Amino acid sequence: MTAFLWNLVLALVWAFAQSRFTVAGLVVGFLLGYAILCLGRGPLGSADYCARLPRLLKFLAFFLWEMLLANLRVGWDVLTPRHRMKPGIVALPLDAATEGEITLLACLITLTPGTLALDVSSDRRFLYVHCMYIDDAQRVKRHLKSGIERRLLEILR
Amino acid sequence: MSEWLTAFLIAFGAFLSLLAAVGVLRMPDVYTRLQAAAKASTLGVGCLVLAAAIFFEGLGITTQALLIMGFLLLTTPVAAHMMGRAAYSAEVPAWERSVVDELQEGQSQLKVTR
Repeated sequence: MTAFLWNLVLALVWAFAQSRFTVAGLVVGFLLGYAILCLGRGPLGSADYCARLPRLLKFLAFFLWEMLLANLRVGWDVLTPRHRMKPGIVALPLDAATEGEITLLACLITLTPGTLALDVSSDRRFLYVHCMYIDDAQRVKRHLKSGIERRLLEILR
Repeated sequence: MSEWLTAFLIAFGAFLSLLAAVGVLRMPDVYTRLQAAAKASTLGVGCLVLAAAIFFEGLGITTQALLIMGFLLLTTPVAAHMMGRAAYSAEVPAWERSVVDELQEGQSQLKVTR
């Protein structure tokens, strides 16, 4: 976490050093800062962060892609006259254990179109998700588990 | 280059916001309406704000844009989740063509006795 803050500081320093403060400058500064933190991973103690950031970026890319696809799917259903959807509520068995992990997972699931987290069972073993396209409840659950949950836990643990 | 990117982001964001609005009108029940209203608009507004940040550059606008996107991503899912949950516990009926309801079968204490 401190390594991430350092990276942000380095990015800001780089962006301020340019003649104009731009988003592009911020991005370049962030990449340069990351390179510095990776080169000095011994004395700076940022080895963990160095390994974690690429995974985080991969997760972000995956999530944005998933969000875009789902948006188009829902959008198609909104625009075409026939309703193709088969909505329903499925119980997703959770591997996420702590409250923080479950909260983050529920937020991300709610952010993707077509899925909406409704409730967590009182023993925290199931997340109840309202889905718009249930051709096969088991397949929907497998998709959510192997996609978003596995990847989220990968970057958190 | 950055002008084309801005133009694309604005057009795409506006299109997504329009989708959200049409979705609210066309979807059959509370839950699917929430889906349409909450998601497409998040990505839509995100695109618009990003376009503003790229077009105007400048420190103030960039930080504001990033803050808006951050808060948007934080608050929209929570709001959608709470509305859906409230609708479910108030026993708002789902669309008649819904397929499963495993929450009903589960031992959730959401269904309050009234």
